[in-house]
Amino acid sequence: MASIELRNISKIFTDPKRGELLTLDNISLDIEVNDFLCLLGPSGCGKSTLLNIVAGFEQPTSGTALVDGIPIERPGSDRGVVFQHPTLMPWLDVIENINLSLRLRGMSRSERHERAKEFIDLVGLKGFEHHFPSELSGGMNQRVGIARALLMNPRVILMDEPFAALDAQTKLEMQEELVAIWERRRCTIVFVTHSVDEALVLGNRIAVMTRRPGRIREIFDFDLPRPRDITSPLFNDAKRHVLSLIREESTKVATP
Amino acid sequence: MKTRIERFIVPVVVLLGWELFSRSGYLPKALLPAPSSVVHALSDWVIGYDETTQSYSGHWAKDAIASALRVFAGFALASLVGVAAGVAIGWSRMFEKALEPLLQMLRPIPPVSWIPLAIIWFGIADKPAIFLVFLGAFFPVLMNTIHGVKTVDKNLIRAGSMMGATERQLLTSFVLPAALPSIFAGLRIAIGSAWMLTVTAEMVAVKSGLGYVLWDSYYFLRYDIVMAAMISIGFLGFLSDLGIKGIMAHTLRWQATTTVQGRF
Ligand SMILES: Nc1ncnc2c1ncn2[C@@H]1O[C@H](COP(=O)(O)OP(=O)(O)OP(=O)(O)O)[C@@H](O)[C@H]1O
Ligand SMILES: [Mg+2]
Repeated sequence: MASIELRNISKIFTDPKRGELLTLDNISLDIEVNDFLCLLGPSGCGKSTLLNIVAGFEQPTSGTALVDGIPIERPGSDRGVVFQHPTLMPWLDVIENINLSLRLRGMSRSERHERAKEFIDLVGLKGFEHHFPSELSGGMNQRVGIARALLMNPRVILMDEPFAALDAQTKLEMQEELVAIWERRRCTIVFVTHSVDEALVLGNRIAVMTRRPGRIREIFDFDLPRPRDITSPLFNDAKRHVLSLIREESTKVATP
Repeated sequence: MKTRIERFIVPVVVLLGWELFSRSGYLPKALLPAPSSVVHALSDWVIGYDETTQSYSGHWAKDAIASALRVFAGFALASLVGVAAGVAIGWSRMFEKALEPLLQMLRPIPPVSWIPLAIIWFGIADKPAIFLVFLGAFFPVLMNTIHGVKTVDKNLIRAGSMMGATERQLLTSFVLPAALPSIFAGLRIAIGSAWMLTVTAEMVAVKSGLGYVLWDSYYFLRYDIVMAAMISIGFLGFLSDLGIKGIMAHTLRWQATTTVQGRF
């Protein structure tokens, strides 16, 4: 049984400036348990919208979305989300932001802090436990958001360009950590990115979307052994293929 | 050092000018008492050394406490009810539809116009004063709370429900803290209204407190005491605002690096 099943999902936004806006057009997608699915697609094609539907933040206009066979009705802690913007609580310091989900479950302060430590180390924010989000850089805040989602230990992790604001070195480290966590925990990850390299380093399945109205242009398995060598011929073949798909999409006439 | 001197230039010039003008005899002394005689009246009222303020001599603390208690009671009540109603209206469409029209109709009615009814309902005592203070403090708290709740970043709420927050936790752990800056802005306006209305109420509906002393002295043409009372009200109002500002600075310390502190 698939972990996430999307059946004929369409989403129409009613936008006062543009009228009715078809954003997702009849998307069907099966994401298996333990899949690491990387989602590529042009800006504005509906990637965040698709994640929001799986997260339970938005309802599709038509079609059904299921997680473990159960229709998605509302957000829940079985699906951890790393937002495109950090979305931290500005009144909580780093450690309290990271362990907030535990506080909501009534766990004691000392236990919470104990649990949060591991994730603070993981995202390299040791020494910043008691800083407020306003005192950190954008990339640091993004890492707090990542730690927050990982600590929840959800079965599904939805990540919306989580590493976009990080420097090259930190990005590499975080990518390795994420793969390690995924291999250890066997969770399902949906990972949105604009970087073909990143998608091919991380994913075992790659989906490329069309321009808006978003459809799945192509989805394929990518089982290159890890750690992946980004200079290997197999990697380059895949990259050439994905880039050509993206190029075709970007030369199509833009729909208004 | 420079800023210290800047702080004092304007007040000193104003006081000196006032003292000189008052002593020049251009107006009868009783009509515009010099700062020195106001200070005289005030100090006798506070510590009671030569009874220039007659029956008030040495009674300042008692009068100030009487007023402050009314302010505190009305303000506390208004804050509790204002925040609760504001969160309810800001968060729930049902409460908004049920309560907002009535409240928005009551809001433009000046609190002082309730004085006749307040006296009929509560008599001459603390209660009508507290009622008026409540009316004056309630609406600023309510309006700012509604605004604060309605402008909470939708994504913070999403993050909250993603972490498994219940509806109740969304309100207490996400909406309320996010609305706090706005709520505090309302509390600061409210404490000012609270002092204004305490004094107004004491002039007509109560027989104690700084406002009562002010109005009573007016009947006896003691403008020095009138001014001493005005200064006392201003001072206590300033102190209570300082208190709220202190609590606010502590509660909202996470904002310190995101708000403008003034460049010069
Ligand atoms: N709440 C909304 N109301 C109206 N239109 C919306 C709303 N949310 C998204 N859209 C529109 O839907 C389209 C897809 O948006 P979405 O955020 O999903 O794109 P995206 O693929 O994540 O883009 P990016 O890569 O730039 O983040 C855009 O044209 C956007 O303007
Ligand atoms: Mg997006």
